[in-house]
Amino acid sequence: MGRLIFFFQEALRALRRNGAPTLAAIVTTVVTVILLGVLIPIFQTTQAKSNEVRSELNIQVGLYDDATKPEVNNLQGDLEGIPHVSEVTYISKDEALATLRSELKDKTIVEQLHSNPLPASFEVKADDAANLPGVREAIMPNGPGGQAISPIISNIFDRTQASGKIEQVTGALKIVLSVITVLLVLASLMLVGNTIRLSIYTRRREVEVMRLVGATRWFIRWPFMIEGVVVGFAGGLVAILILWLGKITIVDPLSDSFSFLAAQNSTTLGFPALVAILFAASVLVSTIGSGVTLRRFLKV
Amino acid sequence: MARLRKNKQQDDEPRRPRGRRAPIIELNEVTKVYPGGHMALDRVNLAIGRGEFVFLVGPTGCGKSTLIKMLIRELAATEGAVKIAGRDIGKLSEKKIPQLRRNIGTVFQDFKLLPNRTVYDNVAYALQVIGASRAEIREQVPATLRLVGLSTKLNNYPDQLSGGEQQRVSVARAFVNHPPLLLADEPSGNLDPVTSIGIMQLLYRINKTGTTVVVVTHDREMVDNMRRRVVELYEGRVVRDEVSGGYTEESTTEFGLRMQAEMGVGPDGGTQTNGHADQGSLL
Repeated sequence: MGRLIFFFQEALRALRRNGAPTLAAIVTTVVTVILLGVLIPIFQTTQAKSNEVRSELNIQVGLYDDATKPEVNNLQGDLEGIPHVSEVTYISKDEALATLRSELKDKTIVEQLHSNPLPASFEVKADDAANLPGVREAIMPNGPGGQAISPIISNIFDRTQASGKIEQVTGALKIVLSVITVLLVLASLMLVGNTIRLSIYTRRREVEVMRLVGATRWFIRWPFMIEGVVVGFAGGLVAILILWLGKITIVDPLSDSFSFLAAQNSTTLGFPALVAILFAASVLVSTIGSGVTLRRFLKV
Repeated sequence: MARLRKNKQQDDEPRRPRGRRAPIIELNEVTKVYPGGHMALDRVNLAIGRGEFVFLVGPTGCGKSTLIKMLIRELAATEGAVKIAGRDIGKLSEKKIPQLRRNIGTVFQDFKLLPNRTVYDNVAYALQVIGASRAEIREQVPATLRLVGLSTKLNNYPDQLSGGEQQRVSVARAFVNHPPLLLADEPSGNLDPVTSIGIMQLLYRINKTGTTVVVVTHDREMVDNMRRRVVELYEGRVVRDEVSGGYTEESTTEFGLRMQAEMGVGPDGGTQTNGHADQGSLL
């Protein structure tokens, strides 16, 4: 116990004496942790969204309003006959409007409509998302001369391209953000290491005396180790405080009006878990930073 | 082992008439070659018994400091065995080295005090580092500082002290856990002659408690007047080993006389016996 107090006293004494480098290391840790704290939820949300899109992939076949019932029934039969089609659902104009109404938060938009602009449609699902392009081809061949299998088809809309684009964009975003994060983690590793190195330098006399009077290797190392961990701890704490402030002042009010933000609460990990991860990461980074430096620069 | 030691003593009989105890320091054919080829020590044989007070003298570069560094395993011998209390410290594992150093007090020319700590804290530091209890620290530190005559300056910082006082703090730190062996590398190198007497007296007093003291110095007058065993190194070899040697036969300078008076060693020889029991076993 007395030893622990001694170690902490030594570490804090050194931190006070190396004010500027300590501050630099703490600030870098803060920035890194904040970035991680913003990126992790973004990653998770985009991942969740693209999965959602993928699972709902289908082809919507819009019909002209003047299609007759037999024509519609015929088309349904034809569609079900296409290979790899697993499910064909007819959605009438009224049903389409009802769905739209339920999806929108602001009901007034629907109320203000005088007539129903939505077409009746077939929702065609494939047995596998990968077969969707083939199915689409069968319904209406691509290209300018493409002729739909039935004259009542007004248009055809499939979300495969949309989902591909989402994945492309989020993929690129992920790479860029990951690179930045890795660089920042490296920077804070090195800055923590540098702080410890400076501390070793300013305390070389203490180290010399400790060795002379017979201090063990770890007795000499602990204060430096604690010094690094304190930097990580302080950096993590400040960053989490800032993130928390950001959450309650910016994200929470917005998530009331944006379902996109609200959605993450159910599918992704919550704030407490995120805080725990970030805190552990910052302490871990600083521990590694000081450990590596001690190994390299403190010969005992 | 005991028999071996006995033989050794018989061999060394003319050199160590008072060597009744097992040697605390024993060097067998110790050679040290620095990287680059400089030979600092050349097949040195030396035995120092428990409770002895020995001067190690010689010109700069003769290997004195190398010898001291080898005794605390700061350096390892290239060849030969360095034994402390019968144990070859060249074979000590990395982990055991701190234990060795806890049993050897060291004093240096440049004091090696921590400038941002008080006298008390500087001495207490040595005990804190080896994990002594607070009660022990509270008991030992003031007692040791009283011994070195600094009990009134506990809360001063090193830069508020004179050189002699700083060296006393350094001696206190080396002695605070009562090691059986105390090495002093040029303890008076930075001090004026009068202050040096004080330090030597202090080391002598410590020696009287049973601690073996080895003093490296090139202070001729000091050696002349202390009338203690003198080992002289020259170019890495022991060239002289006298029971109560000196650079000159007799000193008549005022300094010499004062020194002799203060130490209680008249010109008639250093015949005091340090008849103290061993200070516990080493290691």
